[in-house]
Amino acid sequence: MPPIDAGFLPRERLQALLDALAAGGRRVLAPVVRDGAIVFGEVTRADELPRGVDDEQAPGAYRLHDNGSARVFDWSTGPQALKPLVFAPRETLWRAERRDGGLSFAPVAAQAPATAVLGVRACDLAALALSDAHFIDGPARDPGYAARREALLLVAVNCARPAATCFCASTGDGPHARAGFDLALTELDDGYLVAVGSEAGHALAAALALEPAGAARGDAREEQARTAAATQRRALPGRDLEKALFENLEHPRWDEVAARCLSCGNCTSVCPTCFCHATTDVAALGGATSEHVREWDSCFTQRHCAMHGYKVRPHIRQRYRQWLTHKLGSWHAQYGRSGCTGCGRCIAWCPTGIDITEEATAICAGSAS
Amino acid sequence: MSSAAREQDPAWLPQPARVVERLEESRDIFTLRIELTDPGAHAAYDFAPGQFNMLYLHGVGEVAISIVSDPEEGGTIDHTIRAIGRVTKGLARLAPGDVLGLRGPYGRGWPLQRARGRDVLLITGGLGCAPLVSVINYVVKRRLQFGRLCIVQGVKHSADLIWRERYERWAALPDTRVLLAADQAVSGWRWHVGLVTELLQDVDVDPQNCTVMMCGPEAMMDAAARTLTSRGYPEAALYLSMERNMHCAVRHCGHCQFGGDFVCADGPIFAYPRVKPLLHVRGY
Repeated sequence: MPPIDAGFLPRERLQALLDALAAGGRRVLAPVVRDGAIVFGEVTRADELPRGVDDEQAPGAYRLHDNGSARVFDWSTGPQALKPLVFAPRETLWRAERRDGGLSFAPVAAQAPATAVLGVRACDLAALALSDAHFIDGPARDPGYAARREALLLVAVNCARPAATCFCASTGDGPHARAGFDLALTELDDGYLVAVGSEAGHALAAALALEPAGAARGDAREEQARTAAATQRRALPGRDLEKALFENLEHPRWDEVAARCLSCGNCTSVCPTCFCHATTDVAALGGATSEHVREWDSCFTQRHCAMHGYKVRPHIRQRYRQWLTHKLGSWHAQYGRSGCTGCGRCIAWCPTGIDITEEATAICAGSAS
Repeated sequence: MSSAAREQDPAWLPQPARVVERLEESRDIFTLRIELTDPGAHAAYDFAPGQFNMLYLHGVGEVAISIVSDPEEGGTIDHTIRAIGRVTKGLARLAPGDVLGLRGPYGRGWPLQRARGRDVLLITGGLGCAPLVSVINYVVKRRLQFGRLCIVQGVKHSADLIWRERYERWAALPDTRVLLAADQAVSGWRWHVGLVTELLQDVDVDPQNCTVMMCGPEAMMDAAARTLTSRGYPEAALYLSMERNMHCAVRHCGHCQFGGDFVCADGPIFAYPRVKPLLHVRGY
């Protein structure tokens, strides 16, 4: 359903929203400051949220600052997207047991508690839709992912202060959320404009006894959206770079970026759409049972492309190229759009500050996209 | 909910299987003939030549192995395996009666329906030709349904050639030609010494009415495809078997990506035009 404005929630009543989200025993995850970063943590009280905290981000840098504001969503993106909530970093898929000369296999049930997430950004909603396309909508449905996905209630917050690393305006995914949420909040100095995006969101909004928003607040929201888009200084050189990237597979820039890339995999860990994972088998000491375990993997590891006695991508140049040409290129063939939603995490969390927008621009220069 | 879903979806859970027979093919190549432990599941198991299974060795892991038996015979499900990695070296130690797990079949097989009534040229390189043996057997058993059959096989060293007696048998069939090449050969090797692509000038099939199926190192397949297209074979009549690291076999884990394709599901058999743009680019 298209978002519908539902009214205004004064900031002092934010607790009522948290209580409504927690109704029926639902777990509520909201932004909290932990280890110098804003991450999603389990909360029960509104005063646990990061009041007056903003984030300064730059290539290879992420710092939190107190800014004295009354706002609690005055930051852009922490290192953690929605990805770990649905695509578990580590998960046992099934267990094998050898007994009486036979072998049996039993699935391991995924834990999927009902969960509300407060403070989801537009880039991460777009990324979640891409993950859904990969794990649910294809020929094979990932049951664990699907169970956790179905258990999610999503409360978006429109970005008012994009970080210097953000470029969602250029990918078309933000800074304001347009779809994929149950509720979407716009934070103003005195509270929250609430929009409804689903039946569940409608029921929540009804329980909150919202006040009329008023035209002035509506204008403030539009102004905030315009400013948030206009302040973004980074941009990809186009929405569809598939042709331009694959025309430039021997561009000297690949060597240049490979010299700076540590192949550490930070970018793929923080990327909200990277989906690669590896399975390993963990046998019990007694040998009778063994678990088939799945963990996040990264195309920056040599193991990712290793076959018997042969590595497809032995050089960092090839691995960075695989990542970028997949993310911005062949994702179009697979899922009909780019795999990048402009969250900027790979820029901030790269230890050497490699900037995906800068690399893509350099490599695609000269090709008509 | 998720537990039930995983149970219902065979993509996620191996089925118990048992080794019926183990054949020693060479020093490190062996064939496991297996059946699913549940007779109903075994009877219902259906596959196409060129498809593969994920074989699971208890406590060690899974590995993607192509199926070499005949899909219409309904006997055992056969896998020819080279003992080279952790799982395959373990599988090599299995004996009749031993148990293992099987998920599959996965992937797209060879274009055997499209090849009916046409000449068939099979080109393999490297050690063994397991993914194509199923095709050879298939065509040989239905010899009248196909035109001329030409089997071109290259190995690094003449000692690497397995199934030598089978090649002799195939070579004796009507309208069937076998051409073998070894980069290095011991004395007594009566076939070509050199690259497998050098044999392509000797094949006697109709380029305009021939389906070509290839399996082996990508550089060999790339060179063979270029040679053949320069001799008038249409690109769309060439098919290649691609190999990549695979963990899930259901286009989720990302390891087997080749450009926009997932080799496990969009392949492993591809029409040449599909893979041509990246086939010669190292790193894809």
